[in-house]
Amino acid sequence: MKILVPIKRVPDPATTIRVLPDGSGIATDNVKWVINPFCEIAIEEALRIKEKQTGEVVLLSVGQSTWQEQLRTGLAMGADRAILVKTDASLDQLAIARIIAKVAGNEESDLIILGKQAIDDDSNQVGQIVAETLAWPQATFASKVEFAGDKCTVVREVDGGLETIAFKLPAVITTDLRLNEPRYASLPGIMKARKKELKEVAADSLGVDLVPKLKVKRLDAPPKRQAGRKVASVEELVQVLHTEAKAI
Amino acid sequence: MGDVLIFGEHQGGHFPKTTLTAVHAGLELASKRTGKAIAVVAGDAPEALATELAKYGVSKVIAVEHAALKNYLADAHAQALAALTKKEGVEFVIATATAIGKDLFPRLAARLGAPMASEIVTMNDDDTFVRPMYAGNALATVELDGPVKVLTVRGTAFDAAKPAGSVAPVEKQAAEIDVGALKMEFVAFNATKSDRPQLTEARIIVSGGRGLKSGENFKTVLEPLVDEMGAAMGASRAAVDAGFVPNDLQVGQTGKVVAPELYVAVGISGAIQHLAGMKDSKIIVAINKDEEAPIFNVADYGLVADLFKAVPEMAAEVKKLKHS
Repeated sequence: MKILVPIKRVPDPATTIRVLPDGSGIATDNVKWVINPFCEIAIEEALRIKEKQTGEVVLLSVGQSTWQEQLRTGLAMGADRAILVKTDASLDQLAIARIIAKVAGNEESDLIILGKQAIDDDSNQVGQIVAETLAWPQATFASKVEFAGDKCTVVREVDGGLETIAFKLPAVITTDLRLNEPRYASLPGIMKARKKELKEVAADSLGVDLVPKLKVKRLDAPPKRQAGRKVASVEELVQVLHTEAKAI
Repeated sequence: MGDVLIFGEHQGGHFPKTTLTAVHAGLELASKRTGKAIAVVAGDAPEALATELAKYGVSKVIAVEHAALKNYLADAHAQALAALTKKEGVEFVIATATAIGKDLFPRLAARLGAPMASEIVTMNDDDTFVRPMYAGNALATVELDGPVKVLTVRGTAFDAAKPAGSVAPVEKQAAEIDVGALKMEFVAFNATKSDRPQLTEARIIVSGGRGLKSGENFKTVLEPLVDEMGAAMGASRAAVDAGFVPNDLQVGQTGKVVAPELYVAVGISGAIQHLAGMKDSKIIVAINKDEEAPIFNVADYGLVADLFKAVPEMAAEVKKLKHS
């Protein structure tokens, strides 16, 4: 099976995010950059499928040269090769998804696995847009993926429970938290990753419409919530919730 | 011009509160754009539900009917809604960012070639929208360019629509679906069994974190307090990651975003990604043995205590209060 795993470079989730005073973005000094946590889960799932069924896991990123770092980490986890679609432009979700769809076509991918959401822009859109662009089935928020012949069954995390859907490949799957526990790159893995293919392609050479239709005009820091006070006992807590906050 | 199509999501034959939130947001947007607010209910027999939604102040409700819309599936619903969006010539399509809203609307946007803003919290008068990014640590003002624009709203940022006193007409339509292009099959839905209120609808939420130490302790220690308070139960991502509770209880950036009247965080340190899901709650209470825990920075009332002692005590105190 040929599996394409699009991944994104994001600030480490533990980083404190500060909005720049002019609203043009976030402060990136002292930011540690990592693979988006949901993308790591996607890489892990692709590797597990490959380990069971044979095939190839190809990583894909759309960004700047610095993104090579995260692709190398994914290669060290065990992916076979990587493609960096290079652009300095700020692309919207539609454009990113069009690039992914185009590469999936060129690569003749059978399956695209990606994170349900990037923890920087929190949009939760790209997988679904890719699926529609390719007219493929989609299984978002996956917590279990199983194959029987050419049929794929996915358990999805939805409101109020778990939903199971089925479809034939090719398809798009987006990962939820409990799908798996991503492995760490081993030392031999890191050594091997240096020799694996990492191809760079210019975004504007792909012949897809990249003009953004969704523009971020400005970022603002959210209003800060004030800390309240400490209470001394459970009894006092219940009293203030009743008489002062009138919440119970 | 400026008409708004509101997606009337239904689950198990009724509308969750989040659907009425979408209606409210849709009505607000239509009034800003001096357009009509039209609701759509899709299903294999959507008419009764469409009639129900007609009470909430929209100018009409379209009941879109097709056998392929019996169970929610992204491909069939995206086809039906995209066709309807074009036919009605609306400028905006709007839903609440529920699991279905999040799954369906990007696919719908792609089908329409339209831009989409996820989980907006504010509609500005200058045609821009505000949406949180970076786990709510930045508020982005965004602009959507195109004849059709797709939006999901954050459920906690808008009120639920109320019955308007008049009833809008219901228009029945057969959905335009190319059945041959459908590739997804619904197999099963396993509902989490619970008599408690839904997280996104509850007035009070009691959430547990890694401090609970085990799934068993969620049952024996936390649940009696949850039930004594008539609350919904939530959890931090750490507790879900540790396997203590199912993921649909997760409150946070990558789980549910909630804003109840009262949020009680028990044994939750207050990681950025958890705060993103609950910091708009009206009153926040934190119970944690670590007085340096960041959760205390957002709590209205903090109690530094061992939860295994404090939580049963609190359940008893709440019970006493109810009987006084």
